[in-house]
Amino acid sequence: MTDFDAIVVGAGPAGAAAALRLAKAGRSVLLVERGPFPGAKNMYGGVIYGRILDEVVPRWWEQVPVQRWITRRATMITTAEQALSIDYRTQAWGREPYNGFTAYRAEFDSWLAGHAERAGAVLLCSATVTDLIRDANGRVVGVQTDRPDGEVRAKVVIACDGVHSFLARSAGLYDNFSAEHITVGVKEVLGLPRQVIEERCGLTGDEGLDIEILGCTKGVPGGGFLYTNRDTISVGVVLSVTGLAKAGVRPEELIARLKAHPSIAPILAGAQLKEYTAHTIPEGGYDAMPKLAADGLLVAGDAAGFCLAAGIWLEGVNYAIGSGLVAGEVAAGALAAGDTGQAMARAYDKALRDTFVLADHAKLRRAPHLVLSDRVQTQYPAFICDLVEQVFTVTNPQPKAGMRRWFGAQRRRHDVKLRHLAADALTGLRSFG
Amino acid sequence: MSPDSGASADIDFEDRMATVDFQVAQQAHIVVDSDVCRSCTTKACVTACPANLFVPMSDGGVLFNYEQCFECGTCYLVCNAEGALTWSYPEGGHGVVMRRS
Repeated sequence: MTDFDAIVVGAGPAGAAAALRLAKAGRSVLLVERGPFPGAKNMYGGVIYGRILDEVVPRWWEQVPVQRWITRRATMITTAEQALSIDYRTQAWGREPYNGFTAYRAEFDSWLAGHAERAGAVLLCSATVTDLIRDANGRVVGVQTDRPDGEVRAKVVIACDGVHSFLARSAGLYDNFSAEHITVGVKEVLGLPRQVIEERCGLTGDEGLDIEILGCTKGVPGGGFLYTNRDTISVGVVLSVTGLAKAGVRPEELIARLKAHPSIAPILAGAQLKEYTAHTIPEGGYDAMPKLAADGLLVAGDAAGFCLAAGIWLEGVNYAIGSGLVAGEVAAGALAAGDTGQAMARAYDKALRDTFVLADHAKLRRAPHLVLSDRVQTQYPAFICDLVEQVFTVTNPQPKAGMRRWFGAQRRRHDVKLRHLAADALTGLRSFG
Repeated sequence: MSPDSGASADIDFEDRMATVDFQVAQQAHIVVDSDVCRSCTTKACVTACPANLFVPMSDGGVLFNYEQCFECGTCYLVCNAEGALTWSYPEGGHGVVMRRS
């Protein structure tokens, strides 16, 4: 006896997408959320990339609760007193069909879950799933919630329960769940009048700025970010949890240090703290992922580690939606075929590989390790900044030494080995090329 | 403030936490066994917890308050003392409520 065809645990972007697909396929589906509303437990770095939404809601940009459309994307390499920015702007991203946008997750996740509800999914908030229910053969047949009489049964369960992935771990799908693969994002949402934000960031109307920052975490592997919202700016750091523990610094001190950086401080002058939050992120990439399915169970979103931390590409919500859509579709197909066991597991793996979700992660499997390496984190930023400083420092009456000599001098000064440069360049080329 | 000054106190920590909405549950979702903590030499939770919920005590134990927890899980991830920390999600509808994050 089952209560629903499917139960989706977690009404974040992965869960909402999965529930939406199942409901559209005519299946009865329960979407369980532990927060009082979808998004209440969710915090992120900042940009949602829209192309995957085309498959969910036609002309989604006319209704999504957007803060700002990102038209300016900067990557900043810093030391305490230096900053080199690659600052790209295009007006095309500020027009249909739009590339990416900032949003508050409380609003965005509620919006997406609302679409699942309108398609027929039953959304149950304020209910924490405490465990899977399995039959004598170990097959997943439902979930236990913390509601009175909180057992719910279904033919298939989709675990979109986030980075800690308690359900996937309880099903034995992780053999290497480790703090080594997890970072913690800590952020401040700072209020400023929207006109001030637009003047300081060179924006007009609903345009937005996204800055990703390397070399600002005092040697703790990670990075910094700054995103503009309508009348707030999100600024924060993402830190390896093991690196943070080892360094013995407090995360808000690292945010304060970033906010005091000469290239960031003027943007934030006079801003008032509106919200301070933290959330962990699965950044291990392809090699840290769990098995993605068991009998009666699929795993999607952060719970499956589908978060891309590849330096120049920092994406998560789009992979969550993408994997949720695939999970919903595969589950619907398996329900129709009457086999939610091994055949469903195989179909899920294949379908994910046929989409950007696993294709990107497989291609970029070496990137997370490279990005969080000591060389990329501390040695290269200082080397690059000093090299650029030397190139642009005018030293007359001394004649210009020339690029080759400057490069050699800075390389020696920062003890950058050519073989390391070559090896990292090769890894970069294999990943990003 | 120079970038390397440590910059610990640009915002008072209580003011910082007062910006966040917490629907406090009756029951703690994190349980700390202070006896185990007494033998821990690193106490990484004390510095790593973004909500600063772990306070070292003079007897070598750790005092913990679950009420203003972000539920991020950093504490159990950095904890290296077996059995010191039992971590789960709070009762449905309770705990942190993020609105602009």
